[in-house]
Amino acid sequence: MKFPADYPYFVAAWILLCGLYGIVRSKHLVHMVISLTVVQSSTYVLLLAIGFRRGGYAPVFAGLHTGARVVDPIVQALMLTDVVVETTVVALLLAMVVKAYEKGGTTSPDDLRFLRG
Amino acid sequence: MKRSHRLWLFAVGALGMGFVYCAGARNLPPWGQYRGPYGDAIAQLAVYERHTTDTVNAVTYDYRGFDTLGEEFILFSAVTGVMLLLRPEKQDSGGKRDEKGGNPASFRDRAALSETVQMFTTAIFGFAVIFGIYMATHGQLTPGGGFQGGVILAAAPMLLYIAENTEAFQRIVSHPLVEFLEGAGAAGYALIGMAALAMGAAFLTNVIPLGTTGDVFSSGTIAAISACVGVEVAAGFTLIIFEYLREILSQKKNEEP
Amino acid sequence: MTAVLGVGLLALIAVSALALVRTDDVTCQTMALSFYGLLLALMFFVFRAPDVALAQITVGAIALPLMVMLAITRMKHREARRRKEKEPS
Repeated sequence: MKFPADYPYFVAAWILLCGLYGIVRSKHLVHMVISLTVVQSSTYVLLLAIGFRRGGYAPVFAGLHTGARVVDPIVQALMLTDVVVETTVVALLLAMVVKAYEKGGTTSPDDLRFLRG
Repeated sequence: MKRSHRLWLFAVGALGMGFVYCAGARNLPPWGQYRGPYGDAIAQLAVYERHTTDTVNAVTYDYRGFDTLGEEFILFSAVTGVMLLLRPEKQDSGGKRDEKGGNPASFRDRAALSETVQMFTTAIFGFAVIFGIYMATHGQLTPGGGFQGGVILAAAPMLLYIAENTEAFQRIVSHPLVEFLEGAGAAGYALIGMAALAMGAAFLTNVIPLGTTGDVFSSGTIAAISACVGVEVAAGFTLIIFEYLREILSQKKNEEP
Repeated sequence: MTAVLGVGLLALIAVSALALVRTDDVTCQTMALSFYGLLLALMFFVFRAPDVALAQITVGAIALPLMVMLAITRMKHREARRRKEKEPS
């Protein structure tokens, strides 16, 4: 089977739109944060698709001769950064959700009107 | 704005975005036919230049090290932010909560924990710690690295919490050393960069002797930075877990006597 | 082989992304998030990115669901305490 040329790019767009849809229809702040992680996961699919090469090896040269054709290690390093930043963002956002609940007694994004400047 | 209006607005925006995206994605290289020269260049050079076999970690901790330093401090400031947001407030810490018995912790289902689970989770605690350390110190050779090892190390105390060994869990996560280690890990990364400055090279240059390829103590600063990141991530996540659980833990302590 | 596996896996990820955002109960969603994280990790493995796969396993299957569960627990705990304080008066 051949690799369909544009398929992963459309999957990335689909996942991005799914995440945004989740944020728009969200009724719970934690639901919103999880939807945000879905939005972020679309970037993984996109970066992975750009760096992938047919028949390439993983870019780890333990037990691999140095001239081997490997997939792009740079986009993988970018994805690694992406995963780390996703975690920190979620930790901080969840702390804010907990605090908003403790101050306002609500977890619905529609009821956050008590937040003022 | 009403919910249905919001969804309609989203549908219009999504259609527009999808159209523009499809137009843009048409000129990307087809899937599986990587074109760019940089990935190939790094893959060929990293083994010779840095004596490391894992080129992804060579990029993360060396070629793109300054970027990762910024990322480390994103993590550092996020942990600080979580601690600031979730620390106990003054009016909460009054003597209100221990005034009567009952079971205020009814949010947790009080099903009895089977002894098998208890024993098994306690037994694999040691393996988790060793695996985390292994992962953090072998990032330059095989897939892994400081970040992955750090998260495993931070998740290990949670096994004790699952096994309801709450005292040991609390002793570990509330230890003052954790805060120190978090700062030390972040500072260590910056200091390794500064050491290059002191030796007359640019910031974060790989100045430590490179060693033999395939050895644990090879690849110079990559291994050192990876270990620093491991310490920082492990301590940072432990702090986050403790801040979320602090209130519940303190209540349990008041209940027990 | 990689092509078949990759196409199928990406389709599965696309479906589960939609399912994940359409799950309204937050506790169920946490479990779904864990599953979704594992699927992403599998995708990284199939497309030759073992480093990222390890990071995604530790983050997607351990750290993220753990933090979400801790946040939910803390909010429920606060609610229980608030209710308890209200009761006697």
